[in-house]
Amino acid sequence: MDLKIRDVGHAYGPLTVLDGIGFEVPAGRIVCIVGPSGCGKSTLLRMIGGLERPDSGEILQVGAPPAASLNPLTFIFQDFALLPWRSVEGNIRLVLEDHRLGAAETERIVAGVLARTNLTEFRKAWPRQLSGGMRQRVAIARALAVSPAVMLMDEPLSALDAQTRELLMADLVALWERERFSAVYVTHNLAEAVRLGHRVIVLSRRPGRIREIVDIDMPLGERTGRMAELEAHQSRLWALIRDEAEAAEKELVGG
Amino acid sequence: MAEKQVQPVPFRGGGFTARKLGLVGPLVFVAIVALWEIGCRTGVIPPLVLPAPSEVYAALARLVETGLIWDHLGASLQRLVVGWSLGTVLGVAVGLSIGLFSLARAGLAPIVAAIFPVPKIALLPLFVIWFGIGEGSKVATILFGTFFPTVVATYGGVDNVDRTLIRMGQSFGLSWFSIVRKIILPGALPAILPGFRISAAIAIVLLVAAEMIGAEYGIGAYILLAGSLMATDELIAGVAILSAIGLVVNWLIGRAERALLAWRR
Ligand SMILES: Nc1ncnc2c1ncn2[C@@H]1O[C@H](COP(=O)(O)OP(=O)(O)OP(=O)(O)O)[C@@H](O)[C@H]1O
Ligand SMILES: [Mg+2]
Repeated sequence: MDLKIRDVGHAYGPLTVLDGIGFEVPAGRIVCIVGPSGCGKSTLLRMIGGLERPDSGEILQVGAPPAASLNPLTFIFQDFALLPWRSVEGNIRLVLEDHRLGAAETERIVAGVLARTNLTEFRKAWPRQLSGGMRQRVAIARALAVSPAVMLMDEPLSALDAQTRELLMADLVALWERERFSAVYVTHNLAEAVRLGHRVIVLSRRPGRIREIVDIDMPLGERTGRMAELEAHQSRLWALIRDEAEAAEKELVGG
Repeated sequence: MAEKQVQPVPFRGGGFTARKLGLVGPLVFVAIVALWEIGCRTGVIPPLVLPAPSEVYAALARLVETGLIWDHLGASLQRLVVGWSLGTVLGVAVGLSIGLFSLARAGLAPIVAAIFPVPKIALLPLFVIWFGIGEGSKVATILFGTFFPTVVATYGGVDNVDRTLIRMGQSFGLSWFSIVRKIILPGALPAILPGFRISAAIAIVLLVAAEMIGAEYGIGAYILLAGSLMATDELIAGVAILSAIGLVVNWLIGRAERALLAWRR
């Protein structure tokens, strides 16, 4: 299933947030969205996930999602959004319960995603007992449980420290190598964008418009070994958004 | 050059944290009762002003011997349990709908805010007219008294549920009912349970007030009778029973909190 974003615009009252956004998310690719703070990245992602309606333009699914997919568009949130009153296992079961899969099938899925995210031994733990990185792993396991066609990630690593971020990035790459999911990955961290993105969409400061679309052809698995080339991409992206970021920084919040 | 002075960094981080001193509470209680008893025996406290603890104990013992305590306790607890349960169930239901539906909020929240501060004791005569002098008016008073704080605690709790968790539920396609039952209700529970503490205390206050009108049995009736006969020993005995009820209720709610909110540690 591909996603097609066509000429999306949006305003909150007098505040125009997005303007004329259009791009595609091809199946099996990771599309990163970068841009200065407040330019509407999270808003755009919520629209792609169907949590909010754009004022103009449309977001289209091209082709049917795989039949096995329980929730084709699945979010991974910056603050994990785990239910603190449910164990690791309970948090995963939460998103399966409404589908009435039967006890055996549910158990198979839960055990499967826990194994794939190396969480099997933490099955009974409470979220508060886990470190930030482990909590985000639980959220990733929960997302995998519904076999998404597209993962929508809003700064999934921003709440984590640098080392944990590095570990989780490697996990995500390994996961992508195995599952070949599509993803829209919002970040303001350019290093993440060049490590994970097949395509990087650079937005201008508010109202967010597309500044440039940068394709990075290097296979994800090879990227840690070719840092010098990535650096070049990263500097180019930085050159693109530097001035915008500076200007956005000086804007008063709330207009 | 002079010898450099060496001294430990002064500690200034003490205080401002609650330490657990389990024995202090009972000790203070025992000390007060002992002083009181000594005061009465030595005549510092005249018997008419305050009966000695031993006399209060004797009054309690008489109650148990005659078996009257079970009639009084039974009548009171029944009113308390029925009134409080009904008030709580209705209160949680109305609080939830105010929290969930804009129409209910617009329509009911102002009414709740207007009636909440009215002392329900003031409405007691009205309840007697509406529900009769018997059990009806007593249960209704307690029901009314517990209903409002429960409504306020419940919708406050619903309002405070983390919005990103609700968003998360929606993003995984959970049904409306699942979101309410699995995300909103448990999320509001940490606010609802302390509301139970308050409503239980209010229920006990109203119980006594209600039993002072046309009740044959009940702790409130017992205290009223003792008061009108100037039998201060029995009066204090009744008060002691009330406070024991309050302690037990508090302990029960504490247990419920620990069981239901185990996830908070
Ligand atoms: N529900 C809303 N109502 C009104 N204004 C909103 C709402 N959501 C977002 N905004 C405003 O829209 C603008 C874009 O917000 P958004 O969260 O999409 O930006 P962002 O690019 O994700 O920023 P950040 O990098 O800080 O996460 C901001 O100025 C924000 O204040
Ligand atoms: Mg954002």
